[in-house]
Amino acid sequence: MQPIIELKDVWKIYEIGSVKINALQGINIKVNKGEFVSVQGPSGSGKSTALNMLGSLDIPTKGTVYLDGHDISKLTESNLATIRGKKIGFVFQQFNLINTLTAKENVMLPMIFQGVEKEERVKKAEELLKIVDLQDRMDNRPTEMSGGQQQRVAIARALANDPEVILADEPTGNLDSKTGVSVMDFLHKLNKEGKTIIMVTHDEYTAKNADRIEYLVDGEITKTVKK
Amino acid sequence: MRSWLTLLGIFIGIAAVVSLVALGDGLRAAITEQFSDAGTDKLIIQAQNVGFAPPGSTAVNKLTVDDYEAIKKIRGFKVVAYRLLRSSSLEFSDTKTFSFFISMPEGNEERKLVEDAMSLEPIDGRMLKTGDKYKLVLGYNFFKNDIFDKKPKIGNKILANGMEFEIIGFLDKMSNPQFNGIVLINEDAMVDALALDDSVDIITGQVINVNDIDDVAERVKKELRKRRDVDEGEEDFSVETPQQAVETFNSILDVVQAVIVGIAAISLLVGGIGIANTMFTSVLERRKEIGIMKAIGARNNSIMTLFLLESGTLGLVGGVLGVVLGIIFAKLVEIIGNNFLAEGLIVARFNPLVIIGALLFGFLIGTLSGIIPARQAAGLPPVDALRK
Ligand SMILES: Nc1ncnc2c1ncn2[C@@H]1O[C@H](COP(=O)(O)OP(=O)(O)OP(=O)(O)O)[C@@H](O)[C@H]1O
Ligand SMILES: [Mg+2]
Repeated sequence: MQPIIELKDVWKIYEIGSVKINALQGINIKVNKGEFVSVQGPSGSGKSTALNMLGSLDIPTKGTVYLDGHDISKLTESNLATIRGKKIGFVFQQFNLINTLTAKENVMLPMIFQGVEKEERVKKAEELLKIVDLQDRMDNRPTEMSGGQQQRVAIARALANDPEVILADEPTGNLDSKTGVSVMDFLHKLNKEGKTIIMVTHDEYTAKNADRIEYLVDGEITKTVKK
Repeated sequence: MRSWLTLLGIFIGIAAVVSLVALGDGLRAAITEQFSDAGTDKLIIQAQNVGFAPPGSTAVNKLTVDDYEAIKKIRGFKVVAYRLLRSSSLEFSDTKTFSFFISMPEGNEERKLVEDAMSLEPIDGRMLKTGDKYKLVLGYNFFKNDIFDKKPKIGNKILANGMEFEIIGFLDKMSNPQFNGIVLINEDAMVDALALDDSVDIITGQVINVNDIDDVAERVKKELRKRRDVDEGEEDFSVETPQQAVETFNSILDVVQAVIVGIAAISLLVGGIGIANTMFTSVLERRKEIGIMKAIGARNNSIMTLFLLESGTLGLVGGVLGVVLGIIFAKLVEIIGNNFLAEGLIVARFNPLVIIGALLFGFLIGTLSGIIPARQAAGLPPVDALRK
């Protein structure tokens, strides 16, 4: 089976003045459809950098990123944006909602970029906000919501274009543990329903539920644990 | 707040263009109307500053009755007449006002020429005849009477510069509202009543053959250059057909308008730079938003379009404010002009094309100023944009 995302000998080197930081040092990861992959490691080990590569938000200094079989360096910017928007949903630690838009508008935004009809956008956004249990918060702005509610809006947004993959970088990092568990439960449920999930977390809970854990230290994968 | 300041340049520039074009067009229309009443077979001869001076202005070396006599002898004229144009007091039923007096010439042919050239028609009573000394004809405004306490009637006595005259007629309404306030008076009476010397304000000549009009004009110029001792190209007088007079005026107006549009253009340029600056700041402030949008599938083009629309809207808003301000300013000038100068002299004419053009231009400037900031926004790599 063709992996949905593959990193092949991916390097990321930051040069700050004369200092070189090897954030990633030739990592190889294959993620198959339906998998739940957890990325763990100490702070500064390159987890976020790796996740950004997996989500094609960043371009490697060296090496190749395949998204659904396409070498992303060979795609035009506009094609890549479209594929990313369709195949991948992001959930960030800082929620990253647009504060000037309501919950519903935030969820509709990815669909606008894919050219979805207005009627359908509204219907889908309302549906998704119901799924994350925010039916009575649809017209609130992010600043009027709690962290847990914001993260659920972000998850609804990530699901807007029915992506195959959800990428989450410490999605519970800014939430209290109880809210964090409910978000985790939800993501886990999505995985059960067939979504591929790649998540950075320090959380023990996830470690138990993931199909696979990749351990990163100093930009290298030091250990892979499969269930 | 910063956006409002940004718009200042745009809206001042556009307001200037809209109001001045409106006022200029109004003036142009008034002048064209004034001269279009006269036929194509007439020449108008006036003393003149080097620049443009209104008839009757004192700062010029005036034409004289002798000049008139000399012009009359020039080959090609059917009839030549001169007019005096002076402002003087008019007193009736204890109200005093100042009016523009225009003299009617002696001979019948000359009289008819002036009546033709100015399209004078009585609405009540009759026109002046030879020998009507101490009689006068009043303009339409007096007939309507919004000037004196009591409505003047045919046969009433009226004081012109303190001298008693009898009213024998009223003029019909004229296309140029400025002419509705005039007083017609026979030339000998005018010289008498206003104690005038032998200077002459306007000489009008009707040519025998319209095709010769340019030759006749040349002969007049030659004669006047000799009499007034000026070189060719330095004439302190003008010999023009009514159309040429309009053109001369229009060309001066064109220059004035061009200068003002030029100043407005600088203001617009400054406004454009202001918008660009605001957009750059906006891109900086919204780096994160741009990153988010890219992460959820926005193409560079979508980001670009978003920012261009925003800057275009900024420009359009500036344009709308400018148009509104321009209209208000032009109307204000019109109202002030009507109250303190002559009624109907300054009329603001709003050309819808100019207004639509100004709005489009505002949008265009906004959009153009947004191009570089928008490209910068679109080109941000998503990870970099997302980082705080
Ligand atoms: N834009 C950048 N410029 C320079 N260095 C960077 C940049 N982004 C990341 N780094 C460096 O790359 C390394 C990996 O960073 P990364 O953010 O991937 O770590 P992380 O594992 O996600 O850490 P954390 O658990 O704290 O989020 C770090 O040493 C970091 O300082
Ligand atoms: Mg991180």
